[in-house]
Amino acid sequence: MGILLLEQALNGLQLGLMLFLLAAGLTLVFGIMDMVNLAHGSLYMVGAYLIATVSAVADSFWVGLGVGVLATALLGMLLEVSVLRRLYSRDHVTQVLGTFAILLMCNEGVRMVWGSQPISLNPPAALAGPVELLPGFYYPAFRLLIIGVGLATALVLYLLVTRTRMGMQVRAGASNRDMALAMGTNVQRLFTAVFGLGAALCALAGGMLGPLLAVQVGMGESILILAFVVIVIGGIGSIRGALVGALLVGLVDSGGRTLLPMLFEALFSPQVAADAAPAVASILIYVLMATVLAFKPRGLFPAHG
Amino acid sequence: MAKPRNSPSLLQHSLALRWTLPLLAALCALPWVAAALGDSFYVTLATRILVFALAATSLNLILGFGGMVSFGHAAFVGVGAYTVGILMQHGVSSAWLAWPLAMAVSALLALLIGAISLRTQGVYFIMITLAFAQMLYYLAVSLKAYGGDDGLSLPGRSTLGGGMELTDTTLYYLTLTLLVATIVFITRLLNARFGQALQAIRENEVRMAALGYAVLRYKLVAFTLAGALAGLAGALLANQGSFVSPSLMQWSQSGMLMVMVILGGVGHVLGGLVGAAAFLLMEEFLGHMTEHWQLGLGALLLLVVLVAPQGLMSLLKRRAA
Repeated sequence: MGILLLEQALNGLQLGLMLFLLAAGLTLVFGIMDMVNLAHGSLYMVGAYLIATVSAVADSFWVGLGVGVLATALLGMLLEVSVLRRLYSRDHVTQVLGTFAILLMCNEGVRMVWGSQPISLNPPAALAGPVELLPGFYYPAFRLLIIGVGLATALVLYLLVTRTRMGMQVRAGASNRDMALAMGTNVQRLFTAVFGLGAALCALAGGMLGPLLAVQVGMGESILILAFVVIVIGGIGSIRGALVGALLVGLVDSGGRTLLPMLFEALFSPQVAADAAPAVASILIYVLMATVLAFKPRGLFPAHG
Repeated sequence: MAKPRNSPSLLQHSLALRWTLPLLAALCALPWVAAALGDSFYVTLATRILVFALAATSLNLILGFGGMVSFGHAAFVGVGAYTVGILMQHGVSSAWLAWPLAMAVSALLALLIGAISLRTQGVYFIMITLAFAQMLYYLAVSLKAYGGDDGLSLPGRSTLGGGMELTDTTLYYLTLTLLVATIVFITRLLNARFGQALQAIRENEVRMAALGYAVLRYKLVAFTLAGALAGLAGALLANQGSFVSPSLMQWSQSGMLMVMVILGGVGHVLGGLVGAAAFLLMEEFLGHMTEHWQLGLGALLLLVVLVAPQGLMSLLKRRAA
């Protein structure tokens, strides 16, 4: 039982940290530019595809990861400069439509280039096996790497946001955009940089999760919804909120999927448990979000002053 | 409340009968034309368009006129469809019973969801409606007795009684009648005191609250009404395809309904119809040309966003002005 809980906690931490990578970019775009970006998941998908392809060609996971992340960052900035920039001043409804259009085009573009069959992304051979964390408790090495990368990225992001000039401008923009503009922040360049950073984080998450989940068309949509849940729980525009929200969602989701069936089996008949538990488990994070919003309509850590 | 009774204000809406009556005549004649061409496919396509027009019109009521950007509207459509499907599974196939019940169930859910969601504003409202829709989606997936993930095939269509059978043509005319009734009803509602207040709330919620209007109650009534109409669309959709599945409630379906409304014209009484027709015809047309039709659809949508931000109806309006 203890081992199982530990394993679930690690799985939850791993999912939470990856969600944080996606949510961090999304919450900044949302918070600073007041922009609903449905195409954020597409960057995650494109990133995973690029990393998988370059990895296969170069025969090295790490080269693929580096090239893929950089290429996706460039793509993100290109997207920002060419299309998204025109949507900032429009209402949310228009932004939803515009980015939905980009999402459709990305999906179809990927299908045209790579086909509709999922492609494989192999983890580095050295990390393919499990490691013994405790006597008798084995955990996949690659999942540990994901946790490590997630923690390191969170730390770098924290330092970037709290200790650098750009981070200061980002925080100022999230809390009051007009004031930041008036104080002489070059908001346009900042937006492009933030967007590129968000795209890079997307690709990083895609490369990390690619070996675990399938690299396929539509992979961006399911995780995008989770990332939205995360930033709404955390409070839009707040990096700290994104981290707390991501960990909450990761732990609740992983925990619910294993613990609920056991709980249901103890309370009801096995038949009911087998039928109802997975459904309740998949609903759990939305219940969490609705509860948070019902009590704190602006999330746990609202960024706007 | 002082209200300009004689001069048409911005909050006043007309059905533009000069355009809509000929359109209605054409729609009435469509089954005959299709029969003359020997292609019943057009009736099926037209029914689909009208059903989605009904769903989009109901969304436009809250999105366009109430300023509530609901990202979970497909859930109410799905709930309506499932109500009809589940009742039929248990031998209750009378349309007179099942369809009003579908509306009632959807309305009840909309009332509950609205009561919680309307406490939030802006982006948070978009996201919380999405969350509730996802809950209903997963609930439908978990209904193993009713097909679960695979959906539920209906044994037939709803029965009308009185010797009438719900053929493709009957369903088409029924859908058309219900859509016209809905559009007329919504137009009248918007021109009545309730609709004027609703639109005023969209324009300036704080001011309306200060004037003593129960803002939340107005929004909740509109949200519930839209839910009921979406449920009706769902009941029709279940009959049209004789099939219900969780995919009806997927978030991309909610997105599609929103796209239809925005495409047609947010806050225009005919926006839902124009948007649904444009979207589904585009899908049909592009789908015939290439299997990669989504690329073209995306490009067209992006073009609409950049060129006609107020929807297709605004292009007509601009030309008329």
